[in-house]
Amino acid sequence: MSADSSAIGQIWVVTEQRDGHTKAASYALIAKSRKLADECRSKVVAVCLNQSVKDADQLAAFGADKVYLVGGPILDGWNDDVYVKELADLARRDKPDVILASSGSLGSSVIPRVAVALDTGVAANCISVEFDSQSRMLVQTRPAYGGSLMANIVFPSKRPQIATVRPHAFKKGEPNSSRQGEMIRVDFDRQSVTAKTKLLNVVKDLTEKVRLDEAEIVVCGGRGLGRAENFQMVAELAEVLGAALGTSRPPVDDGWVPYSHQVGQTGKTVSPKLYIACGVAGAPQHLAGMQTSEIIVAINEDPKAPIFEVATYGIVGDLFKIVPLLTKKLREARG
Amino acid sequence: MNVVVCIKQVPAKIKIEIDPKTGTLRSGGVDRAINPPDLYALEEGIRIKEKTKGKVTVLTMGPAKADESLKEAIGFGADEVILLSDPAFEGSDTWSTSHILAKAIKKIGQFDLVLCGKQSIDGETGQVGPQLAEALGVPFVSLVNRIEELGEGFIKVMRMSDEGHQLIEMTLPGVITVVKEINVPRIPSLRGLMAAKKAKIPVWNAQDLEIDPATVGSAGSPTRVAKVFFPQRTQKSEMLQGSPESQVEQIVERLRQARAI
Repeated sequence: MSADSSAIGQIWVVTEQRDGHTKAASYALIAKSRKLADECRSKVVAVCLNQSVKDADQLAAFGADKVYLVGGPILDGWNDDVYVKELADLARRDKPDVILASSGSLGSSVIPRVAVALDTGVAANCISVEFDSQSRMLVQTRPAYGGSLMANIVFPSKRPQIATVRPHAFKKGEPNSSRQGEMIRVDFDRQSVTAKTKLLNVVKDLTEKVRLDEAEIVVCGGRGLGRAENFQMVAELAEVLGAALGTSRPPVDDGWVPYSHQVGQTGKTVSPKLYIACGVAGAPQHLAGMQTSEIIVAINEDPKAPIFEVATYGIVGDLFKIVPLLTKKLREARG
Repeated sequence: MNVVVCIKQVPAKIKIEIDPKTGTLRSGGVDRAINPPDLYALEEGIRIKEKTKGKVTVLTMGPAKADESLKEAIGFGADEVILLSDPAFEGSDTWSTSHILAKAIKKIGQFDLVLCGKQSIDGETGQVGPQLAEALGVPFVSLVNRIEELGEGFIKVMRMSDEGHQLIEMTLPGVITVVKEINVPRIPSLRGLMAAKKAKIPVWNAQDLEIDPATVGSAGSPTRVAKVFFPQRTQKSEMLQGSPESQVEQIVERLRQARAI
């Protein structure tokens, strides 16, 4: 597929649901797409990869002109092979100009495969997507080299322009309940795909109450906590803030905290609105996973700790005094 | 089992500089190393080979000097290595890279499993693994933290998911990306280091892979880097002074003003 110079086609948002409810990141993508579509006189299509979406009308309220409910029982669950086939088939039929999805699960497996199936590229893990009225192309901005460099990515000729976007890159926006969208059920023929992968079992992570890569606030405990038991202190701060609990590499390597909590080069990349680093020195490998956070608070007894170089607010002091005081103050404020 | 591991050579340090005159990356003279997440893929490949008495082939696409990373892979225990290098490959995006890797794997012929690291530390896209799977027309599972079973024509893996973990069975041949938790990489053996020293690294270019140069590299990539720049730090760093009580009061005040809490 190649670019049509006269018009901008549909903007698709591949949405994600949990227990039937659309994730905040998907709503934010729809709100952003609405703005882009208004700029370039295009339409927003929300694609749901299951039919048991409980808040489909909300997708229209946030800005979708059309909602595709793609389904059949096989899609309600995990099946990348089917998602890839169905998205690629639909995109071949409708020829959208843009496909946006968030950079989590979908963005790390389904979207890149769809791109290859459609013979186009992906701008991965973007923090901004803007419409350039001169070239009539999208300009995607994405961090690289651990957030120390930004790159603008464009698609000179291939369509659709596919981008995955990090959580919190866009604001969720306000729903307008008078907005109506067209609801279209797309029934999927389950016979047409031989799935080569099969989900056998799901193990829920009980240590992760708030999802690290989706959280608006992350409280991170580092080596400065000294031992595993002391993580309770940062867990309490996380709890009072409704935050996810993160950590740096050393506590994972020492077995204090499960690997799923690790932030950094060999762990997860996060960019929450607020990141509170407690006793984290700030090795380059850790900074690579969090330095695009909006506000960074660093608490460390060593004034020379590199974490202070990226901190918005720094507190040099005793972690074991400051963190409990902070938890107490916030708890009192909550009543 | 025949295993293929794809690795990337990256700058050893992620601090990079932009040439103020040209606005492009200064990459010359920088120490380079195997992308750290790829070391877990390499280790897992070698473990599978040892268990199944198979073979590990390590591939990398890059400039001529990327052969150092392949020599390092031999030190760890790779049986065969191939450098995919051609001026036409320069400027490849993830689509182009995965197509070049797919062509090379098809040329190798019979393979059971392809392993890649979670993502590279320079480009940080995490796209090449899944795109390679699609280009090969084989199944794919991302973020594998444990291999539970290696069977006849299938593999059972535990992967990290949004809610925790998922146990997935995948038919072979297939592609997986692995995370750090999967293993602790070994140290190169003395024998391996000797072999690495003597090794001649085979190089496959566009012609060897029957690739039309216009379809790959900067000419054939669907995406293009229009500009690179340093992120602007909008806020200045502020160190909060005073007693712990006062510091805590100040931070709560600042965060409230910023509507962060």
